[in-house]
Amino acid sequence: MITVLAVHFAVAAVAPLIFRKFGRSSFYALAAVPAGSFVWLLLQHGAVYGTAPQHAAGGPGQATEVIPWIPGLGMEFAFRMDALAWVMSLLVLGVGALVLVYCARYFKNKDSYLGGFGAQLLAFAGAMFGLVTADDLLLLFIFWELTTVLSYLLIGYARTRLAARRSALQALMVTTAGGLAMLVGLIMLGASAGTYRISAILEQAPGLVGGQTAGAVGAAVVLILIGAVTKSALVPFHFWLPGAMAAPTPVSAYLHAAAMVKAGVYIVARLAPGFTDTACWLPMVLGLGLATMLVGGYRALRQTDIKLILAYGTVSQLGFLTMVVGLGKPDAALAGLALLLAHGLFKATLFLVVGIIDHQSGTRDIRKLSGVFRSSRALAVVAAIGAASMAGVPLLGGFVAKESVLEAFVHFAGEPGYGPWGAVVLAGVVLGSVLTFAYSARFLWGAFAEKPGVDRTPFKAIKPSFLAAPAVLSFLTIVYGLWPAPVDSWIQPYAALFTGGTADAGTGGGAAGHLALWHGLTPALGLTAVTFALGLAMFYARGLVDRAQSAVPGWIDADRGYQLTIGALDDAAVWITGRTQRGSLYFYLAVILTVAFVLPLTALIAAGKPLPEGLYFIDPNSPLQIVAGAGIVIGALAAVRANKRFLAVLMVSVTGYGIALMFALQGAPDLALTQMLVETIILVAFVLAMRSLPAELRDRTGGKYRVVRVIIGLAFGATMVFAAIHAMGARVATPVSLEFPKLAYEGGGGLNIVNVTLVDIRVWDTFGEISVLALAATGVASLIFIRGRGDGIRASATVAEGTVGRRRGVDKSSRDGAALALSRKFAAASRDAWLVAGRTMAPERRSIIFEVVTRLIFHSMIIFSLYLLLAGHNLPGGGFAGGLMAGLALTLRYLAGGRYELREATPISAGTLLGIGLATAAASGVAPLLLGGQVFQSAIVEVWLPVFGDIKFVTSTIFDTGVYIVVIGLVLDVLRSLGAEIDEHFEEQPGQSAEGQSAGPPAEAEPSAGPQSEAEPSETQPAEDSPSAGDRGPGVPAETTARGQA
Amino acid sequence: MSVNLTLLTVMGALYACGIYLILERSLTRVLLGLMLLANATNLLILATGGYAGLAPFFSKDTDPGAYNDPLPQALILTSIVISFAVTAFMLGIIYRTWVLARQDEIQDDVEDRRVAATPSFDAEDDAVIPVETSEFPLTMLGSDGAAVSDSSAAEAAPAPAAVPAGGGTISAEDAAREEKPGSANLDINTEGGGK
Repeated sequence: MITVLAVHFAVAAVAPLIFRKFGRSSFYALAAVPAGSFVWLLLQHGAVYGTAPQHAAGGPGQATEVIPWIPGLGMEFAFRMDALAWVMSLLVLGVGALVLVYCARYFKNKDSYLGGFGAQLLAFAGAMFGLVTADDLLLLFIFWELTTVLSYLLIGYARTRLAARRSALQALMVTTAGGLAMLVGLIMLGASAGTYRISAILEQAPGLVGGQTAGAVGAAVVLILIGAVTKSALVPFHFWLPGAMAAPTPVSAYLHAAAMVKAGVYIVARLAPGFTDTACWLPMVLGLGLATMLVGGYRALRQTDIKLILAYGTVSQLGFLTMVVGLGKPDAALAGLALLLAHGLFKATLFLVVGIIDHQSGTRDIRKLSGVFRSSRALAVVAAIGAASMAGVPLLGGFVAKESVLEAFVHFAGEPGYGPWGAVVLAGVVLGSVLTFAYSARFLWGAFAEKPGVDRTPFKAIKPSFLAAPAVLSFLTIVYGLWPAPVDSWIQPYAALFTGGTADAGTGGGAAGHLALWHGLTPALGLTAVTFALGLAMFYARGLVDRAQSAVPGWIDADRGYQLTIGALDDAAVWITGRTQRGSLYFYLAVILTVAFVLPLTALIAAGKPLPEGLYFIDPNSPLQIVAGAGIVIGALAAVRANKRFLAVLMVSVTGYGIALMFALQGAPDLALTQMLVETIILVAFVLAMRSLPAELRDRTGGKYRVVRVIIGLAFGATMVFAAIHAMGARVATPVSLEFPKLAYEGGGGLNIVNVTLVDIRVWDTFGEISVLALAATGVASLIFIRGRGDGIRASATVAEGTVGRRRGVDKSSRDGAALALSRKFAAASRDAWLVAGRTMAPERRSIIFEVVTRLIFHSMIIFSLYLLLAGHNLPGGGFAGGLMAGLALTLRYLAGGRYELREATPISAGTLLGIGLATAAASGVAPLLLGGQVFQSAIVEVWLPVFGDIKFVTSTIFDTGVYIVVIGLVLDVLRSLGAEIDEHFEEQPGQSAEGQSAGPPAEAEPSAGPQSEAEPSETQPAEDSPSAGDRGPGVPAETTARGQA
Repeated sequence: MSVNLTLLTVMGALYACGIYLILERSLTRVLLGLMLLANATNLLILATGGYAGLAPFFSKDTDPGAYNDPLPQALILTSIVISFAVTAFMLGIIYRTWVLARQDEIQDDVEDRRVAATPSFDAEDDAVIPVETSEFPLTMLGSDGAAVSDSSAAEAAPAPAAVPAGGGTISAEDAAREEKPGSANLDINTEGGGK
C-alpha cells in the first residue's frame, strides 16, 4: 500500500517534466499509475478476503502495513486494507485511471499549466487512496486535508477565470472549516480511546460509547460528522459542490462524483460499525441525509445547465448514500456500499458525457442543445445507460443497489423503537427517488433530445478514444446489474461487522441479505414501480413542474448565506484593521507604551506590597548627587520645551554631561570619562548632520495629543521608578560582583576592575559590542554615501588653494561682502602652514587661532589617547576612552582644516580601521586556542625594558587595542559621512548650501549663553520664514558651533 | 538592599521626558527622546549598584563591598558607546530623509491608511459575474465549419453601467479596475501629515 502511495506521489512530482516532452498524451502515462495499482488491488483480493492462506498471519480480512513515523507522538504510517477500503480503492483507482485516460483527449496540447494539472490529479488519486486505507486517525486527517487542497487547485485550474477562483476558494473554505471541526473530533476520539489506530478504536467502540467517555465520544462523533457533512456536501453545506462545477469536467467527474465527495460517506461508513449508538448519530445522518436528498433532487429539476443538473443530482445522491451507510444495519451497510459503487460508475459516466458534449458543441445549456442524439448515437447510448442506472431502471447496477436500499429502509420502517420516523424516512427516500427519476429523465432529454424551435446544435464528431472511458464505465454498469454476485461477496465482510459478531464472512450473509437482480415480488419492488410511475409523470408534466418551481420564491439559498457570512467577516476585518492599523507611528507607540505602563502598574497596585526598606534620598557618601540630579532634570525639561533644533540638542547634552557628573559622584570615573567624551563627539555629529535642516523645531502634534503624551510620559516614568524600587528591594542574593575585584586582580592582572571586566571577565559582551559598532559605522556610511564607502578623498596636494567651502553669490556691496573681502585679503598673506591641508580651505572659513591650537594639541591628544589605552588596565581609561580621545583629536583636525585635512590625518580608511580593529580583537580571542588555552584567555607577561623598568603586560590589552581601533574607525566614519561627505553635497549644490547655512547655524551660533527661556514661539516665528541670507549677518560656517563646543 | 531615590527620581524624569519626545512627529525630537531614554536607562543600571562607593580600583586592603559595584559600570560603559553608534546611525537616517524628502517628520504610512479605508467590497468575492455554461466559451468551429459563438458572452456584451457591490453599487469601470492587481480603492494624497 505504501508503495502504491509512493509511486503516485513520485510520478506526480515528475509529471510536469513528462508533459513538457510529450504534451497531452502524457495523461496516458499518468493513467498507467492508478491502472497498475488497480491490477495490484485485484491481486490483493485473496489477502483481503482471507482466502489466501499465506496471509493468515495478519488475520483474515486484513492486510496491514505500519511504519513508525513520530514515535514520540504515537503517530505512524499505519495502513490497513479491509473490505471497505478495498471497495473504496476499486472506485478510486479504477475511475482515476479512466478519468486520466479521458483527460488525454479532453485537453489540448496548447492548454497552459497542463503539467501541473496532471500532477495534481494524479496526486489526488494517491491522496484519496491513502485516505481510504489509512488506519490512523491523524494520518487519515492528513490525507483528508491533502484532498481538500488538491481539490482547491484542481477546481481553480482555469486560473484566469473569476468563477473558477471563487468556487475553488469557496470549496476550500467550507471543507477546511469542516476539516478543522473534524480534527478536534478525531483528537477527542483518539484521546478517549488512548490510541489513534482506527481498527483498535473500532474494536473498543462499544466500551467507548457506553462507558465513562460517552459524553466526549458523543461530541467527538458529532464533530467528525460535521467534517463528513462539509466534505460530502450535505445540507447546509451543499452549495459548494454546484459551485465547484467551475472545475474542468474530468475533475468534476472524479472529485465531485466518484471520489472526493465520497470521503464523507467513507468516514460515516468507517465509523458506523462502532458509533451508530451515540446520541446524535441517527438524527444527524438521517435528517441531514434526507434533507440533502430532497433539496438536491428539487434543485436539480430547476437547472438548465446539464452539468449543474448532475451536480445537484450528486448532492441528492450523497444525502441518500449517507443515510443508507449511516443506518447501522447489516442490510443497509450492504446496500450502502453497493449504491456507492453503482453511483461512482454511473455518475462518472454522466460527467464524462457532459464533458464531451461541452467539448464538441461549446455549450451545456439545455435551451441551446438540440439533436445531439442524432449527431452521436454512441454517446447517447452511453449516457442513457448511465442515466437509467441513476434512475434505477432494471438490469443495471443502479437498480440492484437501489432495490436493496429500499429493502433496508422497508425493514427499518418496520422496526419497533423508532416510532413513525422509520416510515417518514421511507417516504422521504421514495420521494427522493421520484425526483431522481425525474431529473435523470430531464438530463437525458435536455442533453440529447431534439427540441422544437431550437436549431440543431453543431456537433463535432467524437473520436473513439475520447468516448472510451465513459463507455467502459457504462459497460461495467451493465455487468454489475446482470451479475451482482461478485460485488455482493466483496461487501459481505463489511456488512458482517454490524451483526455484532466477528468479521466472519460466512455468518454475516444471512443477516445482510444478498444483492440480486431479482428478489421476487417484494415491497421494495412495489415502491420502485411507484417511483417510476411518479417520475415519468413528473417528466411528462415538466412544463407544469417548471411553473410550480418558479412560483416558489427563492429566498432560501445556502449560497447566499455563505456570501453574507463571508461578507460580514470581511466587514469586521476591514473595520478592525481600520481601527488598529492607522498608519501613525504615534498611535502605535502610544498603544505600546500605554500597555507597557498599565500592566506593570496594575500588577504593582494589585500586589499591594509595601515599599522596601533602605530607601534614601541623600547618599551619605555623595550628597552632591541631588544637585547634579536637579541639573539633569532641568536639562531634560528644557530639551522638551526647546523649539530650536540646536537648543534642544544642547539641552540633551546638558543631561548627558550631568550624568557624567553623576557617574563621577557615584564612584565610576571610567564612566564619567567615557560619557564626557561621547557627549562631546555626539554634539559635533549632531551639528554636522543637522546643519542643512531648518533651525525651527516645529511641534506638529496638537493640544489633545500633547496631553496624552504628557500623561503617557509621566505614567511611564512613574512606573519605571516604582518598578525599579520594588525590583531592587526584592534583591536577596549577594551581588556576584563582590568577587570581581579579586578576579580582576588575580585572574585578569589589572587593578581597574571595570576595564578588566570589559576585556577579560565579560569579554564576549564587549566583542559583540564592537561588532555592533562596526555595523553601525557601516550603516552611517551607507546612508550618506550613495556609492562606495567614501574612501576616495584626494590627497590635499592635488586640491587648489582656497577652494573648499568658498561662498558664492554674495553681493560685494553688502556688509556680508565686505566681511568676505576682508577675510580674503588676510588669507592672501603668506604664512607658515599650520595644518597640512589648511590652505585648501576658502579664506573666509579659516581660523588662525583654531589652526594653531589644533596644531599644538593634536599630537598631545593622540599620545594621551594611547596612554589611556595602555594605562586603562590599572587606571581610568581603556580602549573605549582612548579611542574616543583619538577620535576627538581627529575631529579637531577636521574642523580646523576641512575634509582634506582629515584625509591627511588618516591615510587609512575608516573601513580598513574597523576591519583591523575587529581582526585584532578576534585574533586575541583565537590566539590562546592555538597555544592550548581557552578562547580569550589572558596571560600576564612580565618583562624588563630599559628606561621603563619592569613592565607587566597583560595580553587582554591586545583585545583592548582592537576596541580602540574600532572606536577610532567609528568616529572616523561619522566624520567622513556626516562631515566630509555632506560638505561635498553642499558644494555640489551651492544654492542649497547658502540656504541651509543661513537658515541653520546662524540662529544657533551664540545660543549657549542661555536665553532659551525667552525663546518663545512668538519670537521665533518670523525667523522661520526668512529665506534670504542677507539679513542674517555674516554667514557663520556650520563648524563654528561645533568649534565652540569642542 | 539600598535604593537611591535621587537616582531613581532623575531616572523617572528622564524617562518621562524621553517618552514625551518620542511620541512626537519630528524625527529629531524622536532621536533626542531616545538619547534621554538611554541616559535614563544608564541611571537605572547605575542605581542597581547601591550606595556610592570607592572607584573600583583594586587595592588589597579594601573590602570588596566598599567599591561601587563594578558590574553595572561595565554594562553602562558598553551602553554608552553603543548609544553613540545608534545616535550616529539615526543622524544618518535624519539626514537622508531630509535630502530625499525635505522632511524631518515621521509620515503616516499611506499604505496603511489606504488599507484602513478600503471598502469591504472585493470584486474577487463580491462582483456579480455571468453564469458560464461552458468551459469552451470562445468561438469554436462547428462540425459544419460554421462559427459557433457562445452567446452567454454575447448577452453580457452591453456592460452594465453599475455593478451591485455589497450593499450599494459601484460603477462598472471601478469594478473592472478592481480586477487588476495593485488597484487602488481610493487615492490618498501623499502628503500624509496632520489629523
